[in-house]
Amino acid sequence: MPDLSLLLRRLKQTSLLMVGVPDYDTYVAHRRANHPGQPVMSYPEFFRERQNSRYGGGDGKISRCC
Amino acid sequence: MNSLAIKMGWVATAVLGAIALGIVALSRGETISAIWLVIAAVCIYFLAFRFYGLFIASKVMQVDAARATPAIRYNDGLDYVPTNRYVLFGHHFAAIAGAGPLVGPVLAAQMGYLPGTLWILAGVVFAGAVQDSMVLFLSTRRDGRSLGDIIRAEMGPVAGAIALVGVLLIMIIILAVLALVVVKALTASPWGTFTVFMTIPIAILMGIYCRFIRPGRIAEMSVIGFVLLMAVLMYGQTVSQSPLLAPLFTFNGEQLALILIGYGFVASVLPVWLLLAPRDYLSTFLKVGTIIALAIGILFVMPDLKMPAVTKFIDGTGPVFSGNLFPFLFITIACGSVSGFHALISSGTTPKMIENENQIALIGYGGMLMESFVAIMALVAASVIEPGVYFAMNSPAGVIGADAANAAAVISSWGFIVTPDLLTQTAKDVGELSILSRAGGAPTLAVGMAEIFSNVIGGKLLMGFWYHFAILFEALFILTAVDAGTRACRFMVQDMIGAVIPSFRATQSWANNLIATAITVTMWGYILYTGVVDPLGGINTLWPLFGISNQMLAGVALILCTVVLFKMKRQRYAWVTIIPAAWLLICTTTAGLQKVFSGDPAIGFLAHAGKFGAALADGKILAPAKSIEQMQRVVLNDYVDATLALLFVLVVVAMLVYGLLAIRKSLTTGRPTAIELGGSGQVRHA
Repeated sequence: MPDLSLLLRRLKQTSLLMVGVPDYDTYVAHRRANHPGQPVMSYPEFFRERQNSRYGGGDGKISRCC
Repeated sequence: MNSLAIKMGWVATAVLGAIALGIVALSRGETISAIWLVIAAVCIYFLAFRFYGLFIASKVMQVDAARATPAIRYNDGLDYVPTNRYVLFGHHFAAIAGAGPLVGPVLAAQMGYLPGTLWILAGVVFAGAVQDSMVLFLSTRRDGRSLGDIIRAEMGPVAGAIALVGVLLIMIIILAVLALVVVKALTASPWGTFTVFMTIPIAILMGIYCRFIRPGRIAEMSVIGFVLLMAVLMYGQTVSQSPLLAPLFTFNGEQLALILIGYGFVASVLPVWLLLAPRDYLSTFLKVGTIIALAIGILFVMPDLKMPAVTKFIDGTGPVFSGNLFPFLFITIACGSVSGFHALISSGTTPKMIENENQIALIGYGGMLMESFVAIMALVAASVIEPGVYFAMNSPAGVIGADAANAAAVISSWGFIVTPDLLTQTAKDVGELSILSRAGGAPTLAVGMAEIFSNVIGGKLLMGFWYHFAILFEALFILTAVDAGTRACRFMVQDMIGAVIPSFRATQSWANNLIATAITVTMWGYILYTGVVDPLGGINTLWPLFGISNQMLAGVALILCTVVLFKMKRQRYAWVTIIPAAWLLICTTTAGLQKVFSGDPAIGFLAHAGKFGAALADGKILAPAKSIEQMQRVVLNDYVDATLALLFVLVVVAMLVYGLLAIRKSLTTGRPTAIELGGSGQVRHA
C-alpha cells in the first residue's frame, strides 16, 4: 500500500515548485538546523522573496521555455 | 526482482514497440488508430532511456553519486535546495514544455504524420534528450552556472559573447512568432478575443488576492482564477452572438498585433505580482492539466489518423511551409525533437536543486522524452481532423482564397477531397465564422482537441467550448511567455548596452527599464508586424526562421558539450554529442542559406525581394500587396529576414570555429582541462 499522504505532499510540492515556490517547511527546517538564532522569514515574506526572485530577472534569468 | 523477468520485460517492450512502429510506418491506404503511434513512441522512450540515457550518464558523463551537488553545497532553502527527483522532474518538465512542441508538429503534418513522427522520435533520442541531460550535467558540475557563463569559461570570452547575441536573437524571434500565433488564433474571433482579454482583469484580481488578501495562497487563488476563467469562456459564446458586444471584440490582424505590442510593453514594466506571476501560475497549471487531459483523451477515444502517412507535399510544394523535407522538416519541428532553448533551462534553476548526480538522466533525458510525447500528441491531434479541413486552416489566403467554395475547390484539386459545406459546418461547430487560413498551430490543435474532448464529454454541443478552451489554454501561456520573455530580453539588452554605458546596467532605474523594454518590444514588435502583413501569412515565413534559430542554439550547446568532453579527456565518447551537433549544423546552415539564397521566391528571401523589386521597377503591383508602399514594405521585410537568417548561420559557423580551436588546444595537453567546481566534496552552507 503506497503512502497516500506522502504522495499528496509530493504532489503539492511539485505543483508549487512548478511555479517557482520551493517547500516552505524545508526552508524553515534548513534555517533552524544551520542558522540557529537567526531570523526565519514568515510564509508571506518567503512567498514574496521567491516571487521576486523568479521574475525579478537580472543575470539573463530565463525560467521557462516558449 | 528476478533479473530474467526484467530482461524479458525489456524484450517484450522492444517487440511491442517494433510491431507498433511497423504498423505506423508500413500501413498504406488504410487508416490506422492513433493508439499505435502512441504505443510506438512510449516503447521507444522507455528503451531509449534505459539503454541510451543511462549509458550516457554512466559512461559519458560518469556521474558520481558521492560528489556533492550545488544543492547540497550551497543549500539555502531558497535557490539551492536538494529536491526529491520526481518533484524536480515535474518542475523541469513544466519549465521546458511550452507552445513550441504544440505548433511545429501541427505544421509538419502537411507532409503526413510519418515524417514528423520519425523525426520527433529519432531527434529526441539522439539529439534533444542528449543535449538537455549533457547541459544539465555541465551546469551541475559548475555551481548551476548559465549556458553563456559556461561557454565563456570553457571556450573563451569571444565565443561567450557570440552565444549571448545568438540567445538574444532567438528570444526576439520566439516572442514575435509566439505573438503571431495568438494573432492568427484571435483574428475575427470575438469569442476567443473576449476570453483572452478577460484573463487580464482575472489575473490582476488574483494578483491582488495573493499579495494582500491571502498572501501566498497559490492554491486558493488558482481555483478562483480557474472558475472565473471557465465562466468567461462560457460567456464568450454569448458575446460572440451578441450584435452589440461582438463588434467590440472583433479585430483584424494588424489591430491585434498593435494591441499585443502595447500589451507586451505595459505588462513587462508592471510589478510582477500584479499580472505576470498570477497568470503564470494559472497558465502553468492549465498547461500541465491540459496535457494530461489530452493524453487521457487520446487513450480513451483512440481516434483514427485521417491524414495519410505521407502526402505528396514531401516534394516541397506544400502550402503550410515551403521547402523540401530536407532540411525544412527538421527546422519546422524543433521543440519535441531538439530544442536549443532547453540548454538555457537546463543551466537555470534545475541544476541548483538536483539532489544527486545520478538523477541527471531521469530529469534531463527523461524530461525531454516527456516533452517529445507532447509533440507526438500534437501531431495526433492535427492528424485526426479531416485532411481537407487541416489544409483549409493552415494554407495562406494567398493560395486558397478567402471563401469556403474557392478553398474547397483548391484543396480538392490537391487530392484532399473536401466540400465547402464541411468547411462552413466545421467553423459553425466550433463557434467561429470561418476557419480558413488560421495557420500557427493553435487553431488546428484546438479543432483536433475539440474533436477528441467532445468525444468524451459533450459531443457536438460542446465543440465550441472545447475549441475556445484550447485557444485560451495556448494564448494564456503564450501571453505569459511574451511578458516574461520581454522582461528577460530587457535585462539582456541592459547588460549588453551596459557593457558600453555602465550606468545603463542599473536595473532599478525606471528610465533604463522603459528604454530597454521599448527597444525589446520594438524589435519583436517589428517582426510580428511584418508577419501579420506578410502576403504568405507570416507563419510560413517566420516559423522557419524560429526553427533555424532554435536549432542553431542546440548546435551551439552541443558544440560546447563536445568541447567539454574533449577537455575532460573523454573524447572516445564524444560521438554522442558530435553526431547530433553535426546533423544540426548541416540542417541549420542548409536551411539558412536556402532561406537567403534560393532562387525560388517561395523559399529564398532575396529571390522574393528580387521578384517584388523587379515588379516595383516596372510600376506593377503583385498580389496580395495592394499599393506601391506595401510592395516596398515586402521588399524591406525580405531583406530584414535574409539578414537574420544569415546572422544565425554566422553564429553557428563562428561557434564551430571556436569549438574546433578549443578542442585542438585541449589535445596539446595530456591532463584534463575542463573547469569544474566543487570536486573535493566540501560543504559550504549558505
